Amino acid sequence: MTWFTSLDRVIETTPAGLRDRFVELLTNGHRLALVAAHHDPPIDGAVGVGTIRVVYVMVAGPPDTRLELHVRLPTDEAMLPSLAGVSFSAGRFEREMQDLFGIRLVGHHQPGRLVLHQHWPDGWYPMRHDAGPQPDFRDETQSYPFITVEGPGVYEIPVGPVHAGIIEPGHFRFSVVGETILNVKARLWFVHKGIERLFQGRSPDGGVELAERISGDTAVGHSLAYCLAIERATGTVPPPAAQLLRAMLLELERLYNHVTDLGAMGNDVGFGIAHAHTMRIRERLLRLNNEITGHRLLRGGVYPGGARATWLPQASTLAAIHDDIHDVVEFMMANATVVDRFTGTAVLSTDDAAQIGTLGYVARASGISTDARREHAFADLYQNLTVPLLTGGDVMSRFEIRVAEIDASIALLTEFLPNAQMGEHRTPLDPVVGPGHGVGLVEGWRGTIAHRVEIGSDGRLTRVKIVDPSFFNWPALPVALAGDTIVPDFPLANKSFNQSYAGNDL
Amino acid sequence: MSVSGIAVALLQVALTIAVAPVLVGLMRKIRARLEGRIGPPISQPWRDLRKLLGKQRLVSANTGWVFSLAPLVLIASAALVAAIVPFLSTRSALDQVGDLFAVVYLLLLGTVFLSLAGLDAGTAFGGMGASRAMTITAIAEPTVLVAIFALSVSSGSSNLGAIVSSTLANPSTAASPQSLLAFAALAVVTIAETGRLPVDNPSAHLELTMIHEAMILEYSGPDLALLELAAHLRLVVFLGLLANLFVPWGIATTVQPLHLLGAAAAVLVKITVLAAIIAVVEVFIAKLRLFRVPELLAASFVLAFLAVTVSFFLA
Repeated sequence: MTWFTSLDRVIETTPAGLRDRFVELLTNGHRLALVAAHHDPPIDGAVGVGTIRVVYVMVAGPPDTRLELHVRLPTDEAMLPSLAGVSFSAGRFEREMQDLFGIRLVGHHQPGRLVLHQHWPDGWYPMRHDAGPQPDFRDETQSYPFITVEGPGVYEIPVGPVHAGIIEPGHFRFSVVGETILNVKARLWFVHKGIERLFQGRSPDGGVELAERISGDTAVGHSLAYCLAIERATGTVPPPAAQLLRAMLLELERLYNHVTDLGAMGNDVGFGIAHAHTMRIRERLLRLNNEITGHRLLRGGVYPGGARATWLPQASTLAAIHDDIHDVVEFMMANATVVDRFTGTAVLSTDDAAQIGTLGYVARASGISTDARREHAFADLYQNLTVPLLTGGDVMSRFEIRVAEIDASIALLTEFLPNAQMGEHRTPLDPVVGPGHGVGLVEGWRGTIAHRVEIGSDGRLTRVKIVDPSFFNWPALPVALAGDTIVPDFPLANKSFNQSYAGNDL
Repeated sequence: MSVSGIAVALLQVALTIAVAPVLVGLMRKIRARLEGRIGPPISQPWRDLRKLLGKQRLVSANTGWVFSLAPLVLIASAALVAAIVPFLSTRSALDQVGDLFAVVYLLLLGTVFLSLAGLDAGTAFGGMGASRAMTITAIAEPTVLVAIFALSVSSGSSNLGAIVSSTLANPSTAASPQSLLAFAALAVVTIAETGRLPVDNPSAHLELTMIHEAMILEYSGPDLALLELAAHLRLVVFLGLLANLFVPWGIATTVQPLHLLGAAAAVLVKITVLAAIIAVVEVFIAKLRLFRVPELLAASFVLAFLAVTVSFFLA
């Protein structure tokens, strides 16, 4: 098979052999980073409806290792043996493919719909190339299968999807005794946009603006993952100056989001003054961003083959921001009530965090060391990277890990600054690109972002698969809550996870 | 019941209603400035009330008479207490009913009706708020009772006018141990009953953490305006009660207009100082974990109990 020109090793396998291959890679220390289904049209006018191709991207590192398992299925009888029994996250990817591609799962223990709500029409699979126009939505005839917890004194509290604050839509159903949460079901997927399909047919350069808007607070993380995937697919090597700017933008994005979270967690325990001050620091950072890329959320800084910056911050500015943040953190940690509210709340155990496959600060606060900057460094920049690790798994750990990551980010930025150059740094993409495919892995502020792109022989995107770390992390929230968390602590626990709804629901 | 006594009572109600929203606006302003924000203008609560009063009255079809009655009961009980409590003069027309028990239970009547109204709409949040409010009230109530005992012992009466007059006659009792302990106990109860930090967050926007706000989620328009105003009134009444029970100086013992004017100025200053203290303290404290609130209230009960014990031994 010479159809692909890529650096990543591809292993073709059969549905029957998939499970053994997968388990072998898992036990070798690989992690499932992404699963993408593809509906390929028949080649050169052959009859039929084409084939379904499922790609499992397995990664490990350091050194940066990426393997792809490819499985082909006939479209009319797309039966996929489920891996849900060996990998929780694989089971979630499978349900996503079932909803969007009509792949039937064999042996899945929880084969219900995931991405598409019950009112989406049956038998219409929006990601198939011959899906056609969208049929009318029906009424929600099947109700959603919430688990009913029964027993004396158990009652349910439904919250959302419309909330009192300005947050994204999600429905949470609490089964409660008194104030203690027995079980929570998070029903998400209210914001399905079909963004993966929107990429199809665009030029590689034209995909950046979409990538920046996958999750508004992760413009750099997603656009960089996209660009890295494009560069791997086309064999483009960006200039080192561009890679340095990209690394800086990535840390600036981490900085403004982590600062916001610190204060928001304070706000959720009624400590508004911390929120007021972190919002002030955030505003300062956003204005800095605006100077650097012309956009407060850092859009426009990263594009295929390069990066640009119109201004660079002073080292003294970064040091001042660092001190400012630490003043607020010290002020918060001096308050016994704040410490009491954070400590021991919503504990995610290391075992649960590992089983679920969590990423980012959620994993690192629960004793799992994962960081794509170390495992899949996109440039030779991270020798002095420190990856903080805590084992508490509670709200306090998720607070402290953010503080430690802010320090690490500022240290990196300070290290990068003397070598950084303003302006545009770009290696133009080869005009005759494709066909090809590539995977981009980036440590966004929430965790490892994975993009996999395929480019057709006409140089246009044929498939872009996006995985935000929220897709892995969301299931950890109900697990952390169940058992001993009380209802009024939910907003705080949720804020300490702060997962993306838009990045999760593509 | 003299005409001038009635005039004093009406004046107290009018003054309380005029001042309450402004006081709340001032507290928000103080908090905002201390947090480094500009904050809304002090008159914002009045503007909010005017806006709400101009709106259509919408009531859920699933509610009963309790839901419609509750705002009226709340505003009426708060206004009645404002008339009874000796804010301006010890010679109020309602002095005969100006009993501390009556006042406290009039305020509790409002709390109970609000909780019932929260349950009435049958929503999860209303029930949750009502359950929490009742938990807090059930623990706060004994504190109030015992603190009242402590205050009544020294003056020999639970009549508000009598307690205030007794303190005016013997200024040293204001600084007595039992008085200070009772003040501390009632101050905690005031915080709990008026929904301030660290018990409840008056600026909460998170449904699941609310107490007071959860109970009034189903209200809108004029009903909500009444509830908001009643909440403002209760704050002023509690603060005024605290101020004049323990630091009564400035209050008029006659009903002469000039004395009343002086008394009004005195009570306004006292309430404003208390409100400012609460606003400043609130900036630096966070909301307690819900299960820790009973511990705070239990501590206030201990203080009240000590007040009674001390008053018997020192009497």
